Amino acid sequence: MSEVEETIKRIQSHKGVLGIIVVNSEGIPIRTSLDNSTTVQYAGLIHQLTMKARSTVRDIDPQNDLTFLRLRSKKHEIMVAPDKEYLLIVIQNPSE
Amino acid sequence: MAPKAKSVKPPGSTIGAKPSKMKGRPKIRDDDDMTEIGDLGDDSYVHGKTLVKPDDQLDLTEVELKEEFTRILTANNPHAPQNIVRFNFKERTYKQTSSVEQIAIHFALDGNMLHKDSDEARRQRAKAGMGESKSEAALSEAGEEEGGEGEDGEKEEVVEAPPPKKESLRNQFNFSERASQTFNNPYRERGTATEPPPRANFSSTANQWEIYDAYYEDLQKQEKAKDKTKQIPTYRKEDDKTKKKLVAMETASDDISRVTRAAKIVERMVNQNTFDDIAQDFSYFEDASDEFRDQEGTLLPLWKFSFDKAKRLAVTSICWNPKYVDMFVVGHGSYDFTKQGRGMLLFYTLKNPSHPEYIYSTESGVMCLDIHPIYQYLVCVGFYDGSVGVFNTQEKRPGPVYKSTAKSGKHTDPVWQVKWQKDDLDNNLNLYSVSSDGRVVSWTLVKDELIYADVIKLTVDDLPTEGPDGTQLQLLGCGTSFDFHKKIDYLFLVGTEEGKIHKCSKAYSSQFLDTIDAHHMAVDAVRWNPFHPDIFISCSADWTVKIWDHNYGNQAMFTFDLNSAVGDVAWAPFSSTVFAAVTADGKVHVFDLNINKYEALCEQSVVQKKKTKLTHIEFNPRHMIICVGDERGYVTSLKLSPNLRKVPKKKKGEENVGIDHEIEIAKLDKILSLVREPDN
Repeated sequence: MSEVEETIKRIQSHKGVLGIIVVNSEGIPIRTSLDNSTTVQYAGLIHQLTMKARSTVRDIDPQNDLTFLRLRSKKHEIMVAPDKEYLLIVIQNPSE
Repeated sequence: MAPKAKSVKPPGSTIGAKPSKMKGRPKIRDDDDMTEIGDLGDDSYVHGKTLVKPDDQLDLTEVELKEEFTRILTANNPHAPQNIVRFNFKERTYKQTSSVEQIAIHFALDGNMLHKDSDEARRQRAKAGMGESKSEAALSEAGEEEGGEGEDGEKEEVVEAPPPKKESLRNQFNFSERASQTFNNPYRERGTATEPPPRANFSSTANQWEIYDAYYEDLQKQEKAKDKTKQIPTYRKEDDKTKKKLVAMETASDDISRVTRAAKIVERMVNQNTFDDIAQDFSYFEDASDEFRDQEGTLLPLWKFSFDKAKRLAVTSICWNPKYVDMFVVGHGSYDFTKQGRGMLLFYTLKNPSHPEYIYSTESGVMCLDIHPIYQYLVCVGFYDGSVGVFNTQEKRPGPVYKSTAKSGKHTDPVWQVKWQKDDLDNNLNLYSVSSDGRVVSWTLVKDELIYADVIKLTVDDLPTEGPDGTQLQLLGCGTSFDFHKKIDYLFLVGTEEGKIHKCSKAYSSQFLDTIDAHHMAVDAVRWNPFHPDIFISCSADWTVKIWDHNYGNQAMFTFDLNSAVGDVAWAPFSSTVFAAVTADGKVHVFDLNINKYEALCEQSVVQKKKTKLTHIEFNPRHMIICVGDERGYVTSLKLSPNLRKVPKKKKGEENVGIDHEIEIAKLDKILSLVREPDN
């Protein structure tokens, strides 16, 4: 258990990382390092996008599954790692 | 004469008859049947036997006239078709009706007789009967009306609508109606309101993968059910109890622990972003200036790996994972005799340069390690205190799974090299270690123990020397490194502190096959060439790197002086003529015998502070990078420039074929032949 905590702390303190959010399968954020409103917004939107992405991948081949999703924008990059029950969202500024 | 009545011939019937001669009198036939005639007395008949032939009669000969024709009387209708074919929809073919109706109706007449008991007959009788009673009823009615009550006051003749039977006379026009109102009960309304059932919105999609998932789960359940039935029933109760406990525990535990895998992936992604340029360099950068420099190459520094807790400890050994080529293991310890402390065993991956994947802390410094070629989760480690341990990364133990103790034959001096060997006959894992106490020991992993067996003792002289009490002591040399031959299983080389290299066999435990006086100082590393079966390389603290052919042990094939104590040397896995060495002045030297037999192609300093000694070097089995460890605990990865990794050009069409061993061997042989003395 503490191993995961350590990992999350490490990610949070990594260069350029703006925040990290853990979302459960219903789209409700469980753990976050950002403020409430931003978290809720990110959680809801990214959750839907991830579900859609996963659905797309699996529709093409049901034996396939989504490993991760990167969304690079002008200002920063949103990285999503889906799990069976959870979703990890990390926002990083890669150019820093 | 008796006139013969002509029978009325029904159509289609023929009368078997003999050919008759046509006569002028059409009424009479001349048949054989007519012999009863006996009318020979009839003159007119006899006279009448003159042949009168019509003009168009057939002329037949006597023989032909006598010919008998058979006529058969059958009941078949000659006009009925003989073959009616109908389309059979069931069989979808035309089928011949097997039997055709042969009935021919000549005359049909429908009669008008009824059975007396039939419905129609009864009805008619009734009608006829009623007609009689009609007159009777009129008479009786007239009589009644005079003295009867006239409630409706209408006299009408019954003639208009006669009743069907005498018994029930119904007067359809004299009827009375009576109505009454019943008491209506008052209406009462009663109602109850229940709580509406709880509602929840459910939405789902039916995708191909959802169906796949459902089937997969079902399959898993079935397999589990099968497994359960195989279990012994007596243990079930205990299992249930423990399972219940486990289930309760799992749901109560912190949810965060289930994100482990996702967290790892994200960490790697974040690192990839941070070290993006290095990752790009690793994959794509090729030093373009190498085209202009024929015999020189460069090393491009890539990632640098370090761990806080291991910063004071020197890197004592590096080993790449043979299967997952982005992973490598680093052992930390100390070479300093006076400063002995703990050690560390770190597993790194190139995908995450900021933090090791697995961390093991040890009491004594790690001096050497080796990853099992088949079971890559097993790592054997040699410690400074002389013991040997085996770590299993699949199990979550903080320490080694096996460890040799003083009782179980551990070395009395630091273990300088360990190597996994093939499984023995009982399929037990097998490893070898060499140490300064002069023993090469083979360890076997049996169940949960390490069992040792001395393979050979490194004796210094053939004659035993005199000990203090006059006992014969066998002086033992100190082994510092060894290497096993790639192809010949039993053959291995041991380098010693005295500078000698012994060629040994696993079979002979008391004698060496050969001894080579290789160096003036301790031999730090001995390595067989991965391609050529006869060549090996050795490096030593006496500043030299030497290449030998084990058949000619008296003289080295090549000698290179590197101006500083050489810490380690390694052959490249992709070419038989490329090798690299690291020295105490912080430089990496890369040689390619094919290009330059006397000088290094590249001499590059890879350390920040010039005083840092480089301790180990390893080539990655697949990618063109090397990993260099130094005494400060840093591991640096470097990429070889194109000049340093030249492989013989492959023929067209064979681009995807792996390294051709024979070509490599031939290449090296060619070079060696130039060096070897002509009379050898």
